[in-house]
Amino acid sequence: MQDLAISIIFKGNNLLRLLDGLWITLRISLLSAALSIPLGILFGMFLTLKNPISKFIGRLYLDFIRIMPQLVLLFIVFFGITRATGLDLSAELSAIIVFVLWGTSEMGDLVRGALISIPKHQYESSEALALTKLQTYWYIIIPQTLRRLIPLTINLVTRMIKTTSLVVLIGIVEMLKVGQQIIDANRFDYPSGALWIYGVVFFMYFFSCWPISCFAKWLEKRWSDK
Amino acid sequence: MDWNFISQYTPMYIEAAKLTLWIGVLGILSAIVIGLLCSIVQYYKIPILSQIVSVYIELSRNTPLLVQLFFLYFGFPKIGIVLSAEVCGVVGLAFLGGSYMAEGFRSGLESVETIQFESAESLGMNQLQVMRYVVIPQALAVSVPALVANVIFLLKETSVFSAIALADLMYVAKDLIGLYYMTTESLFMLVLAYLIILLPISLLAVYLERRLRYAGFGN
Repeated sequence: MQDLAISIIFKGNNLLRLLDGLWITLRISLLSAALSIPLGILFGMFLTLKNPISKFIGRLYLDFIRIMPQLVLLFIVFFGITRATGLDLSAELSAIIVFVLWGTSEMGDLVRGALISIPKHQYESSEALALTKLQTYWYIIIPQTLRRLIPLTINLVTRMIKTTSLVVLIGIVEMLKVGQQIIDANRFDYPSGALWIYGVVFFMYFFSCWPISCFAKWLEKRWSDK
Repeated sequence: MDWNFISQYTPMYIEAAKLTLWIGVLGILSAIVIGLLCSIVQYYKIPILSQIVSVYIELSRNTPLLVQLFFLYFGFPKIGIVLSAEVCGVVGLAFLGGSYMAEGFRSGLESVETIQFESAESLGMNQLQVMRYVVIPQALAVSVPALVANVIFLLKETSVFSAIALADLMYVAKDLIGLYYMTTESLFMLVLAYLIILLPISLLAVYLERRLRYAGFGN
């Protein structure tokens, strides 16, 4: 007798396997985010330098990484670099390299935007109030920069989580791949399994990203009128 | 670098680029229409519809396109809705892009201050004139950079279509790597193709942002 189609999710340890897959996705994206945020802050400061050579290098890197689809970057690192240099990079390592490269450029641009958004009169006013350089940065500039930066950074993290879904295409067994395996293994018992499994995958992504973006929105609202 | 190989397979890339662009353009146009409708619904706070729109926006913004496509392409046939890969591509892109476009339009509309409405009204304009001559020009100026950024983002997202067996640029590159093991050449062509498509648009984005920065009133 045919079971109810939805029970495919709870059959055996299917749900646990999917959650394991989710963890792989999250691990790659959170690790990449943790690496690219500090690198991105440095890169953003590098981008505000007035030196024309550093400006050119920064723009070139930023524009190339941002113009290429992330999947193309994944292919370049996973297939191209390994073929060209003979290095044996694992799929997960290539994914992390790509997401750090990409995250650094995105974060760098956010930091640059936040830094140049502080109007000059903020510096001048604090000087007029006889604050020292250190006090100016500590009490005036950094709080304002952070207020702009933190919500955007949190959004970047959700974008990273979403983009990590691409790693299935270079052969990492994450949630989508586990879903496929479950569907294939139960093709005869649950012919309509695909609907439920992909539905669950859809909502697992949603519930990983949604609270984070809500938090970002809340912070943005809270800090906007101060 | 094997230039013979490159020139031999250039037509394949051109075909694939056409498909990518074709689906991209259809998807982006639908996304703009959806975004416009959603932003109007939210701007006028039409009951029920505006709740549906906000659920849609949250769902579409917080899930990856790849997962949406898998759901459309593999999941939907199980409830009797069979869509071709091309249709899935367009629908997926419109579903994803609609919410981003809506946010873009919304931020533009919200940036127009109340004083603008009040001044326009005190000059004796009617509701339609206020929209046509005062609000929309300013709102558009604010939202155009976001819209162009969304177009670039959506064109980049088309690269995942290869996963549902659409013969786009990614698919051709993967195919050639698999068939001939010409990894460097295939990837080089891939990068070149995306640069040719996306570079002009991103230059346009920079230009527009510069042009429109001074369009708003009072900045």
